[in-house]
Amino acid sequence: MIRVQNITKRFGDYAALHGIDLEIQPGEFIALLGPSGSGKTTLLRIIAGLEFQDEGHVYFDGEDVSDIPVGRRKVGFVFQQYALFRHMTVADNVAFGLNVRKSKTRPKKAEIKARADELLRIVQLDGLGGRYPGQLSGGQRQRVALARALAIEPSLLLLDEPFGALDAKVRKDLRRWLRDLHKQMGLTSIFVTHDQEEALELADRVVVMDHGRIDQVGTPEEVYMEPATAFVSHFVGETNRLPDGRHVRPHDIAIVAEGGDAVAVDNVFRKGSAWRVEGRLADSNAIIEIDVDTNQVPPSVGQTVRIEARRSRTFAD
Amino acid sequence: MTSIAMRKPRWRAPSVLPGFGLTFGFSLAWLSLIVLIPLSTLFLKSAGMGWHAFVEVGFSDRAMAAYRLSFGTAAAAALVNAVFGLLVAWTLVRYDFPGKRIVSALVDLPFALPTAVAGIALTSIYAPTGWVGQFLDPLGIKVAFTATGITVALIFIGLPFVVRSVEPVLADLGLDVEEAAATLGANRFQTFFRVIFPAIMPALFTGAALAFARGVGEYGSVIFISGNMPGRTEIAPLLIVTQLEQYAYNGATAIAMIMMLISFAVLFTLNAMQSARRRRLGS
Repeated sequence: MIRVQNITKRFGDYAALHGIDLEIQPGEFIALLGPSGSGKTTLLRIIAGLEFQDEGHVYFDGEDVSDIPVGRRKVGFVFQQYALFRHMTVADNVAFGLNVRKSKTRPKKAEIKARADELLRIVQLDGLGGRYPGQLSGGQRQRVALARALAIEPSLLLLDEPFGALDAKVRKDLRRWLRDLHKQMGLTSIFVTHDQEEALELADRVVVMDHGRIDQVGTPEEVYMEPATAFVSHFVGETNRLPDGRHVRPHDIAIVAEGGDAVAVDNVFRKGSAWRVEGRLADSNAIIEIDVDTNQVPPSVGQTVRIEARRSRTFAD
Repeated sequence: MTSIAMRKPRWRAPSVLPGFGLTFGFSLAWLSLIVLIPLSTLFLKSAGMGWHAFVEVGFSDRAMAAYRLSFGTAAAAALVNAVFGLLVAWTLVRYDFPGKRIVSALVDLPFALPTAVAGIALTSIYAPTGWVGQFLDPLGIKVAFTATGITVALIFIGLPFVVRSVEPVLADLGLDVEEAAATLGANRFQTFFRVIFPAIMPALFTGAALAFARGVGEYGSVIFISGNMPGRTEIAPLLIVTQLEQYAYNGATAIAMIMMLISFAVLFTLNAMQSARRRRLGS
């Protein structure tokens, strides 16, 4: 179990993290979700030992690792830009963590090679061990970085924006693949992302962060359906904020024949499996987004419709 | 229109980047004017002197000793510069310290200083009665008027080449590869020799090759500190000047020709090794 206790970190005058507490169960897949500047990467780097907290403690299985250097924490870290060693072959990259071990604990050459081959097979790059990173695609490099991190048999896998540098299609494939891999290996993993879709799709639990604080920890279902704060409501999924302070998801708004509030429709377009209607509240000019089922006829631009919130939340500011 | 375009010779890939013809043409014309034409007169001149005479002057004992000295000291100086130039570049890139700009400017000084000034200054320091020489002399170490002195002068001249070649590459090298090495359990020593050093090797190589090339041709700073004893501390460029002063133009040309061929062979090999490496890494 990983326990983070009261972690505080300052960079000069800027407080990056304020008293963070977090517990992660063995085998969990955790997303640290937040906008840039929320402190999510700093937290990840502190858990890895690449950054040091000003206050607080990090425990791995009850042991305080706060003073243990990164190399001895047995943490697999996948960097945002992969940080592959460009002058080494793919196989040498993967074997690096084994090759730098002290001769007493270092496996034999043949064993290291077998292990690297095995890892390349797991990340579906068998046969590419002789290539150099410069000769691979972005998605392949990402998987080399993952294989390299796994080679040291880490007790914890940390990924910093693992799909950030990839294009949409590759990102989606890799996402699914990573989820399956996590299921197979059952390795406790934490990844950082600013993409709520990624967090909701992959993680067992999502940690939503903002301004160096944790706003909410919960399953994807919980943070989406029962956001704890206004920030979470806006950051995870889309939310309309009505003038009376209520927060309503676009798919929780119904267009009704009578009653409700008047909305002037500005724009209608197809957004995946629903019509997206954009308009303004007649009273306050507040922008409202509404999802309309595709089996219904959407209102047309210029029309005024009446809406009612079927489900809404309010937050203390 | 199209048919005309199609009939153009296709010895280069079509490209949207403009100005290939213009820049390539200028490069060729410029290289010819500045480098090739002067060098070709060397060829013509030495071709006119006959093979026998060429070998006799160009490969005389005195000339051979001069080549050995010139190329040997240049290589030694380049090696020393590779080590200490890397150290200086490392310090300048990695650390902030007061006076960093001044130190950085000092590195370039050997470029600007008249080489004769450098030579005289070094000689007076390393002569047996000089600031440094007076301490080395009792230990039996003679610097001025020996091959060691020549190497010292060439180290001075060549330092900026290494520092300025390595600096940008080192600055560009992401901290994340070092962090990656650390997460994988590498210690600092392993991180430097397995990760950082191989990454800056090409730049270091280039810098050292430039320092070497400069050292081979260096004249001004060396002649003061070398003592110029024929067969012992007489560098090849000096031998050429000596020949010219004695109106032995053929001799000067033959020696120049041989120096040029050796230098070209060395630089060509170094360049070929570099581009082979780049191709291998797929970048």
